[in-house]
Amino acid sequence: MRSQRLWPVHVVLAVGAAAMVAPFLWQLLTSLQTLGEATHVPPTFLPGWRWSNYGEVFTSMPFLRQFLNTVVITVVRVAAQLLFCSMAAYAFARLRFPGRDVLFLLLLSVLMVPSQVYLLPQYQILMHLGLLNTLTGIVLPGLFSAFGTFMLRQFFLSLPVDVEEAARLDGAGPVRIFWSVMLPLAKPGLISLGVLTVLWSWNDLLWPLVVTSDAGQMPLSVGLATLQGEHVTDYPVLMAGSLLASLPMIAMFLVSQRRITEGIAFTGSK
Amino acid sequence: MAVTRTPLTGNSSSAATAAASDALGGASKAGSGERPSLARRVVARHGHPREWVWGYLMVAPLALGLAGFYLWPIVQSVYYSFTSWGAFGGQQWAGLANYRAFLSDPQLPKAAWNTVLYSLLLLASIPASIVFAALLNQVRGRSVGLYRTLYFIPVVSMPAAVAMVWRWLYNGDYGLINYLLSLVGIHGPHWVSDGRFAVYAMALVGIWAVVGYNMIIFAAGLKGIPRHYYEAAELDGAGRVRQFFSITLPLLSPSIFFVSVITVISGLQMFDYVLLMLGRSNPALADSKTIAYLFYEYVFLDNEQGMGCAIAVVLTVVLLLLTAVQFRLQKRWVHYA
Repeated sequence: MRSQRLWPVHVVLAVGAAAMVAPFLWQLLTSLQTLGEATHVPPTFLPGWRWSNYGEVFTSMPFLRQFLNTVVITVVRVAAQLLFCSMAAYAFARLRFPGRDVLFLLLLSVLMVPSQVYLLPQYQILMHLGLLNTLTGIVLPGLFSAFGTFMLRQFFLSLPVDVEEAARLDGAGPVRIFWSVMLPLAKPGLISLGVLTVLWSWNDLLWPLVVTSDAGQMPLSVGLATLQGEHVTDYPVLMAGSLLASLPMIAMFLVSQRRITEGIAFTGSK
Repeated sequence: MAVTRTPLTGNSSSAATAAASDALGGASKAGSGERPSLARRVVARHGHPREWVWGYLMVAPLALGLAGFYLWPIVQSVYYSFTSWGAFGGQQWAGLANYRAFLSDPQLPKAAWNTVLYSLLLLASIPASIVFAALLNQVRGRSVGLYRTLYFIPVVSMPAAVAMVWRWLYNGDYGLINYLLSLVGIHGPHWVSDGRFAVYAMALVGIWAVVGYNMIIFAAGLKGIPRHYYEAAELDGAGRVRQFFSITLPLLSPSIFFVSVITVISGLQMFDYVLLMLGRSNPALADSKTIAYLFYEYVFLDNEQGMGCAIAVVLTVVLLLLTAVQFRLQKRWVHYA
């Protein structure tokens, strides 16, 4: 469109952006206040810079432990998903074997079903395995992803066949082709899936909520959720804790912004 | 993605759900051959049986995981929905009793209405995201990235943390929102502990959290619209508004369709905010439960697993039917260029 005057466009976009960011600014301001300042009417806008609230986050809940739990859960899930999903996705996209399409249909059926349907049986499986309240238990079902496989399969299908053909003529077998030719080509897709999985795993709530009751085994999402339930009303400390919990994802987004947006746009275009 | 539910959590998988239905490309099956002889190193040319083996081996880890942790559980849940659970384990066949009990549950009408209302309100994020994406499309230079970043921060933030912030903003006594309202002479209610307002309050957060996500999809859709359409329209004397309605909207309709499908899917599964923003002892909870929250309550708090599974099955059927209807209706309004 013509380059007419752009300032009205900027005004609307800036107002929208302010609405997106304002809650976080208020969170930051509150996190640096005393409880007295935070519950003062009219509100205090300039805080007393009480940085000790951030220290209190670590003493009033097992924050560090839960933070590390979240990191471990996320790293394991991402690694497993990238491996299992990319292998299966390649086979679904490029190899021919009897039953392939039926298997893929079954995979799609998992995608179409809301998580409530498999939640209780998954819980029972963990109970039988004695894995309730363990990190292993939290991680287990999320090692496998129908979504990730679907996404990577579409990605593999969008790659040109000729490189693969050339490798095949040179005598490379399927594993060789997958590992040395296709995976490097699929790097953008793998990174997108990895980043999306990090986001999903970090923020995941329902599953870890039902399988953990011991604060030391909880990820941050559940830790924060139970903290609210206990009527903790030290708002400045709550704000500090929730800001710290979100910060790693915001940081990751700033670093890998392009991958995330590409990944989302890719799932949107398929 | 999962986007991500949360937005992203729920969304990323529902995103694929929407895309899944037309994804099955025609693929030829391998013809029947002799049994694979692994002992020999075969140069793979037409080595189909060999290809089979690799195919199965590469699919196996994922297939076993999905079968054990997803497919079989789905079958089990459906079975459970027809059983009643004793206090000490063991299920007994109960026929349709759970479904009857669910349909006559006095909580159902309110919960169903809340779920539908929340989803409808969530759809309001679509026009907002289109407007923002269209405006962003006109901006050039560094500010594009800055805007995109700011709009996306709510999407990546942890729902548990986001809910905490909003609960604080909504606080009836000390919240910023009621303070701002008091400046213009309005005495604001206790937003999230008043049954009349809680669903709207949650929907506002839901919209706020998903606008950035939708915007990215619409921005990608807008990029795909050829510039010369606009140039031609301009030569014909069409103004910007006219161009928006006659070119942008129709050509964006595939993206709009996709986003509305995943919005409905994630809206109907709303659970997080009820637990996180209201909490179990909230006076507004009785008036603000959603279907997914009822499921959680029956299965994990009230030990009514059969009933909970019946709810999950009904929810699934409704989601599938609605998605099918949306795919049917798309022929009337979605233009694929």
